[in-house]
Amino acid sequence: MTATSIAVLAGGISLEREVSLRSGGRVAAALSDRGHEVTRLDIDGDLVRTLESGGFDVAFLALHGSAGEDGTIQSLLELIDLPYTGPDVLSSSLAWNKPIAQGLFAREGLAVPARVTLSQQAFREMGASAAVDRIAAELSIPLVVKPATGGSSLGLTIVEEAARLPQAIVGAFSYADVVLIERFIEGTEVAVAVLDGQPLPAVEIHPKEGTYDFAARYTPGATDFHAPARLPDAVATACASAASRAVAAVGARHISRADLIVDPAGTPWLLELDTCPGLTETSLVPMAAEAASLAFPDLCERLVQLAVRDARDPR
Amino acid sequence: MRLDTDPYLSRYAARVTGMSASEIRALFAVASRPEVVSFAGGMPATSALDMEAVEAVVSGVIRDAGALALQYGGGQGRPELRERLVEVMHHEGVPGHADDLIITVGGQQALELIAKCFIDDGDVVLAEGPTYVGGIGALKSHRADVRHIPVDDHGMDIDLLEQALDQLRSQGRRAKYVYTIPNHQNPAGVSMSLDRRHRLAELAETHDLMLLEDNPYGLLDFAGRVEPSLRSLVPDRVIYVGTMSKLFAPGVRTGWIAAPGPIRDKLVLLREAADLCPSNLTQMIVERWLGTQPWQEQIKRFTTLYHEKAEVMLTALDQEMPDGVHWTTPLGAFYIWLTVPDGIDTSDLLAKAVGRRVAYVPGRGFYADGSGGAQMRLCFSYPEIERIPEGVARLGELLHDELELVQAVFGDQAPAPDRRPSGPATGVGG
Repeated sequence: MTATSIAVLAGGISLEREVSLRSGGRVAAALSDRGHEVTRLDIDGDLVRTLESGGFDVAFLALHGSAGEDGTIQSLLELIDLPYTGPDVLSSSLAWNKPIAQGLFAREGLAVPARVTLSQQAFREMGASAAVDRIAAELSIPLVVKPATGGSSLGLTIVEEAARLPQAIVGAFSYADVVLIERFIEGTEVAVAVLDGQPLPAVEIHPKEGTYDFAARYTPGATDFHAPARLPDAVATACASAASRAVAAVGARHISRADLIVDPAGTPWLLELDTCPGLTETSLVPMAAEAASLAFPDLCERLVQLAVRDARDPR
Repeated sequence: MRLDTDPYLSRYAARVTGMSASEIRALFAVASRPEVVSFAGGMPATSALDMEAVEAVVSGVIRDAGALALQYGGGQGRPELRERLVEVMHHEGVPGHADDLIITVGGQQALELIAKCFIDDGDVVLAEGPTYVGGIGALKSHRADVRHIPVDDHGMDIDLLEQALDQLRSQGRRAKYVYTIPNHQNPAGVSMSLDRRHRLAELAETHDLMLLEDNPYGLLDFAGRVEPSLRSLVPDRVIYVGTMSKLFAPGVRTGWIAAPGPIRDKLVLLREAADLCPSNLTQMIVERWLGTQPWQEQIKRFTTLYHEKAEVMLTALDQEMPDGVHWTTPLGAFYIWLTVPDGIDTSDLLAKAVGRRVAYVPGRGFYADGSGGAQMRLCFSYPEIERIPEGVARLGELLHDELELVQAVFGDQAPAPDRRPSGPATGVGG
């Protein structure tokens, strides 16, 4: 593709700053190796001015977490007419809020784990603690407790005994005002990235110890991956279809990643959709792209092309 | 196809298993942003140095002896610097001769070399609980079994140390050494009382113990008091570690070990295997700083500043903290150790704190056994004094809020935090 002036946005003040810097560094290196003029930008009070005066053709979003993934930066970029990679404002904000996204997925007829959403306000002002016992009774143990927003498994706890549930809830509240408590689905963890409407091969995830938590995600070698996932064809197709339908449900363009669990019966359960997925060396989307014979620099260029295309043809 | 994110995994030494990415480290990446008032970094206020004097020293080294400064040096470090450091030690109440000293790359290399010299897989080291993150890191990287002896307002509890020693003896084991930071301890901010120093020295004799005396903060007492060092009490049983990081600047990466002759010789060989020699350039900078500049006045400037900052933080804590939160009162150096009521876990709370633009180091980082979930370390030496009240106010508001939440979720049954492993809380200076 022709050389383009690209602002790679990474860092920011979200809790996933470090991961974002890693994604951004890798993207910037890949694009500049391809001859593009790349400028790395962190988020600060001069960002709009810098973007307006920088003569950029495209903003590549490698921001994870709040402000980068929830529609905030997307809205700003639309306002200043700078084409950007990844889903638009509405899709970003829908997917960012896991309870809303799960509701949309369920409405689409996708399998979503049984769940309860509780806000801090419910505890502070409405005595929600009196109903906590019902959660374990209704959803049954083990449970997954996680903040309603944010990624990288930050604030996530798997609760194996009901008595530990309140602590897990308080821990998750450190990351968001709302927590999501889901039935734990036993099975194989799988991620399916969808690139411009096309599902990429599923990536199968096996942490060597415990759960796919922060350390398992970002320590090279801590998790075994298989791409394509070792699934029967019918199950692989079901996963790809579930991911595509999830993407369609929130209207996410360009790239996003669906996180699923395939239970022993072969049903893919949809956990969440990440609209600004990690692009680090241990991240899933680059693995999926590789499995589709799309090298990392090609993936990055493809996203830039999509941003340019959709700038002329806004959705 | 199986994808290998680390194709080298099967080749690593056992000591790197368990070294992993950490959520806490990732949160510190946000804490370093200017919006955040960070009480996390254990860093000196290098902006309080007389930069003209530093410039004169640095350029003087190059002007007068550039070729030598840029050359390799000896593994033990420059004799001229060792002479200067012996003077520093005398001010700290620590006896020694230039010949006893090995110059290291900061105190951290000293801790690492000593661990390398003494620790085989699973060897027991007794350390204060809590203790310095980097001390734990050095021990863990040599697979030591680190066991903690609790600290109170008077330093390490010597009765409990004695119990631990007796217990080890009854199991036919012994501790390779006892690691202690007797002065203005990191992170607890307390010093070992005179009486306990004597008792520890006695125990060293009766139990045939080696002591690792780590003394980064000995000259940073707010009132200029100097307590007798362990090395002055039982010199043959002490490996002493000093550093210029807090007395001058961590950027010169200059520390030292003072050890009995046979140990010193082993350490010199180990260091030569590690990095050949310390930097001549930075050694000569420190040498010249100590030889030509009023370095004690500089330390006085530092301690006056730190004392002011400590007072500001203590006043703010008095005003802002909810009932049930308590903290240590430092008489020197950098740190306040704060304990929160049951139901709050300081590791979990860090994300919320960073969201509210204030940062600290969660207590678990200072324990090898996963305890410390109810504690946090606040460092007052580095943030600008004007921002300290604002940071403490943010923390106070956060804790008030969190206690309300804890009450709403648990009622009066809030549990104490679990013991659970924490990722390394490194990357925040000392």
